[in-house]
Amino acid sequence: MTRTIRRWGPPVLLLTPSIILIAVFVYGLIGINFQTSLTDSHTAPQATGQAPTAFVGLENYFALLGDDAFQHSLKNLVLYTVVFLVGTMVLGFVWAWLLDKPIKGEGIFRSVYLFPMAVSFVASGVVWRWLLNSNEGENASGLNRLFQIIGLDFLQNPWWNNVTWGIAAIALPAIWQLSGYVMALFLAGFRGIPEELREAGRVDGASEWKLYRHVLFPQLSPVALSALVIVGHMSLKAFDLIMSISKPANYQTKVPAIDMYLYKSSFDYANSAAVGSILLIIVAAVIIPYLVHNARAERR
Amino acid sequence: MRRTTMVAALAAASLTLAACGGNSGGSNATNDDATGGGDEAAGGDSGEVEVFTWWAAGSEKLGLDAMVEVFNTQHPDIEFVNGAVAGGAGSAAKDLLQSRLQANDPPDTFQGHAGAELKDYIDAGQLEDVSDLYEEFGLTEVFPQDLIDLLTVDDAIYSVPSNIHRSNVVWANPTVLEEAGIDPTAVPASIDEWITDLEAVQEAGGTPLSVATTWTQVHLLETVLMAELGAEAYTGLWDGSTDWEGAEVTGALETFEQLMSFTNTDRDGLDWPEATQMVIDGSAAYNIMGDWAVAAFEEQGVEDYVHFPVPGTDGVFGFLADSFTLPVGSPNPDGARAWLETVGSLEGQVAFNQAKGSIPARTDADASEFSEYQQTAIESYGQDTIVPSVAHGAASSVAVLNGISDATSKFTTGGSDLATFQSELVAAVAG
Repeated sequence: MTRTIRRWGPPVLLLTPSIILIAVFVYGLIGINFQTSLTDSHTAPQATGQAPTAFVGLENYFALLGDDAFQHSLKNLVLYTVVFLVGTMVLGFVWAWLLDKPIKGEGIFRSVYLFPMAVSFVASGVVWRWLLNSNEGENASGLNRLFQIIGLDFLQNPWWNNVTWGIAAIALPAIWQLSGYVMALFLAGFRGIPEELREAGRVDGASEWKLYRHVLFPQLSPVALSALVIVGHMSLKAFDLIMSISKPANYQTKVPAIDMYLYKSSFDYANSAAVGSILLIIVAAVIIPYLVHNARAERR
Repeated sequence: MRRTTMVAALAAASLTLAACGGNSGGSNATNDDATGGGDEAAGGDSGEVEVFTWWAAGSEKLGLDAMVEVFNTQHPDIEFVNGAVAGGAGSAAKDLLQSRLQANDPPDTFQGHAGAELKDYIDAGQLEDVSDLYEEFGLTEVFPQDLIDLLTVDDAIYSVPSNIHRSNVVWANPTVLEEAGIDPTAVPASIDEWITDLEAVQEAGGTPLSVATTWTQVHLLETVLMAELGAEAYTGLWDGSTDWEGAEVTGALETFEQLMSFTNTDRDGLDWPEATQMVIDGSAAYNIMGDWAVAAFEEQGVEDYVHFPVPGTDGVFGFLADSFTLPVGSPNPDGARAWLETVGSLEGQVAFNQAKGSIPARTDADASEFSEYQQTAIESYGQDTIVPSVAHGAASSVAVLNGISDATSKFTTGGSDLATFQSELVAAVAG
């Protein structure tokens, strides 16, 4: 008995405060959020308890998913995520691959690429709002002006003001900020592969491509997966960058997180909570398989 | 081994203690607050009054300071506590206010746009009826009847306006107009006539009309609706007596579409100061903005500018007003009433508006004490038909305004055609 206490007591004591805090402030509030999303609390009096709210089941979810505006937000979210993921993964990998060769001044390049990550999304958004100015021709500024100066006029475009593809332009600053981080992950992955493996491959007569295909890439796949999950979930929660480049009311750059904010500010708590739950489910769909995969890998 | 166990146990114990300490500290603090609030309420008309605003910088801050000075002479026994929250043109303050009201921790009095924007708070039972104060302070006689009608909700009035702004004003750069061969002193009588001028500017190679992000586009839309529908039918849009699906509205939306084709392409990334700046700098000819834009011209020492009511809205005064309220559960309601008295008083309104650049809601102020633009606004305010501005919360609830903004943004970015735009507006106003 005393032995069990001595063995389990300290860890349990240590963990209890954080378990209680997380239970209340994370899972408890997720529960309340989900509960709110199942009611018809769409107006100010209902939000303050002056008027009754009723349980409506999944009605809000069906209404949201059937709504053109919300579908537009979801489509924007998918587009943003795809561009953001592909951009950071490709750039991050190429940079890591280049830096993996023994070159002079590697430390400098590493810092240069990694540094944008230290800038907050809001600060970089303010600068990129100017760079991504949508004026073309005589009034152009920012990148469009730069294109004119270097004689690439045909590259001028309205950036984030295009109603279909605009959101992809907002992914540019995000790629600029996060590619260095993905590079650092891949670089660590490259460095973790013992030189002997490459040598063994070369001795066995593998070409440089085969070496990458069959020896290095398999070793890098856990790193790639981590990078995908980390960048992916950041992208799904995109809010601050969009808020500081565009404005919440701008239709072309709406994503679910912006919708959630707007519903909340117009006292429509039920729809706001429903959007929040939908976002949580989407993020969970990315994160949970990863956690399961990791847990299995550790058990092995 | 044993030592680590001991250290761990100690650490755990202290953590738990710390957690408990934090908790009990927190609950104690709230208890203190609650009793503190109770004492204040019992204390009567002395003590502190917390005035919650988003006037934290610029001419708004100067106006608030001037008002506080009057308050201190009128009510020397009450201490003014500034609850101003900066940021986002009031959106940061409104977010914070929303959560404070929800947690039953209201300030003594808070700023809100007068009119329908307060409706959410009224419906939520968060505001007290202050119509008895109108009688007590004699405000019924000095505010124009149009204004009182717009402020009245179900025979009750929930706020005291401190100032009035006009929304339907065109600002223009005379140099740009002359270059385009337009007489800057001539005021176009209708939007059609004005469009001829806009075309002339376009041919001369400038941006004819500058506009900024969504809310300024809604602002433009509302002035077009005022011009095409006239004051009565425009006001009817908000009380249900004008049909949003009607041909008149379709016509106004077509005009709106035409006006938007004269605007700058980077509009969605700008806010109103940048759009007005385009007129000041001469890169755009015209800008439609509320009369707070006059501060932008004055601050930069620009004297050579032209202003006139949006063509077709002469004789109509698109109004928006800041006003103060008495929240339910205000810790010091008597202090709040004293503040409202100052807000409604002639001295308070004159001091505030001289500094802020808006005009008094009272009609008995001496116009000669104000700047040249303000004098013209005071004159129009006295004789024009007053109609509510939708972009600034005087005409509709926040939810309706958000719906209108969404529909407008979708339309101006090319996400919907005119028919869809109109049907979405119908849906937004229906709620």
